[in-house]
Amino acid sequence: MTPVLDVHGLAYAYPDGHQALFGVDLHVHRGERVALLGPNGAGKTTLVLHLNGILAAGAGSVAVSGLPVEKANLPEIRRRVGVVFQDPDDQLFMGTVRADVAFGPSNLGVAGAELDRRVMSALEQVGMEEYVDRPPHHLSFGQRRRVAVATVLAMEPEILVLDEPSSNLDPASRRELADIVRSLDVTVLMVTHDLPYALELCPRSVVLSGGTVVADGTTYDVLTDDALMRAHRLELPFGFDPRTAMPRP
Amino acid sequence: MGAGHGHTLHFHGHSPVHRAPAHLKVLALLGFMLVVVATPRDWYAAFAVYLAALIVVVGVSRVPPTYLLKRTVVEVPFVLFAVLLPFVATGPQTEVLGVSVSQHGLEAGIALLVKGTLGVLASLTLAATTEPQDLLVGLERLRLPQQLVQIMAFMVRYLDVVTDEMRRMKVARESRGFSARNPRHWPVLARSAGALFIRSYERGERVHLAMLSRGYTGRMPR
Repeated sequence: MTPVLDVHGLAYAYPDGHQALFGVDLHVHRGERVALLGPNGAGKTTLVLHLNGILAAGAGSVAVSGLPVEKANLPEIRRRVGVVFQDPDDQLFMGTVRADVAFGPSNLGVAGAELDRRVMSALEQVGMEEYVDRPPHHLSFGQRRRVAVATVLAMEPEILVLDEPSSNLDPASRRELADIVRSLDVTVLMVTHDLPYALELCPRSVVLSGGTVVADGTTYDVLTDDALMRAHRLELPFGFDPRTAMPRP
Repeated sequence: MGAGHGHTLHFHGHSPVHRAPAHLKVLALLGFMLVVVATPRDWYAAFAVYLAALIVVVGVSRVPPTYLLKRTVVEVPFVLFAVLLPFVATGPQTEVLGVSVSQHGLEAGIALLVKGTLGVLASLTLAATTEPQDLLVGLERLRLPQQLVQIMAFMVRYLDVVTDEMRRMKVARESRGFSARNPRHWPVLARSAGALFIRSYERGERVHLAMLSRGYTGRMPR
């Protein structure tokens, strides 16, 4: 079966010469929820920006459901890959929630009743349908994060890429977002430093460090491999032990 | 976090002035301003009529006059300029309260003050009775170029975010014992302004990335 995400030997150096990725290989299959872990500066964001063609590969290739990420395919690639950025204020820039959620599908040429249907269905999936006519900057941070997810769901993506979805959320909003992510019928790649969140939501984890993939396995195995964790600056929060947090998968 | 409620210029209400279509209000304001500016400066009766008309509109809108008057402070720089005019202008001199000032300067100063105040009050009335969002729709309906409307829409959207950022930077400065008491502290303020500019610029880049990620190709969807 063609993987939803097929990254092969991806390398990239920024124009200033700083090399961020040194040959990354990553496959994500349909229906998987995968956590992308790694210390600050590991190249996680750089990798994410390659998945929808914002950055173009220096070497290697990225394909989404078999379609290579290259200039001619960008509109379709951006429909297939929905990226939710870390700061919802970056993602929500229109005057109303409705206009913001409609932005993506409108760019794909969706209009009229179908557009309304997509907007409402995306907002229902994140439980924000009653805020459809509110300006985004009047919402709470947690609500804005959920609307940001809806803006991407409205494009009916094949893979949802979440960049630090739990950052700056209070515990209740964090849990609500987890419930939402679990309820979605979509492949998820989640970039996070929140290791308990990764364990809770993602059966599989990939560790990116120094621009390469250094581990790929079940989240439980990754988080309980003390040597690996120490070598790549990954630390569990105080008092958290995956061995007691949930039964061994 | 930056979840402000409404813009500080807008006064929520349901009067006929609030409900009037935004593009008509914009046109009315524009017409009013043109007439005010075009009126010869010694037609004092005409200015009294304009003011009366404005007061009627404000009365119908039920926006408290003090609400508008407080916000006329934006006019202060013009007032200063108007007050200076009689002293710096040349020509025949006249006596006011025992001080010799320029006749032309005095007339020009008064005219500037009157016209400016009428303009500011009228604009504030529009702002108080129209949601920013409706204003943008109104401007769009008036066929203002798309790019301009878009730029204004982004400004409305990010004004709160940027002022919030500015406020947080101020709190952070003051939490470390800083207060801008004298000009020696100005370089710090200048650097803060610079940092705010860079941050806003970088946010602009991130917003653009987020737009591209949702298939933006240079045209806003209609």
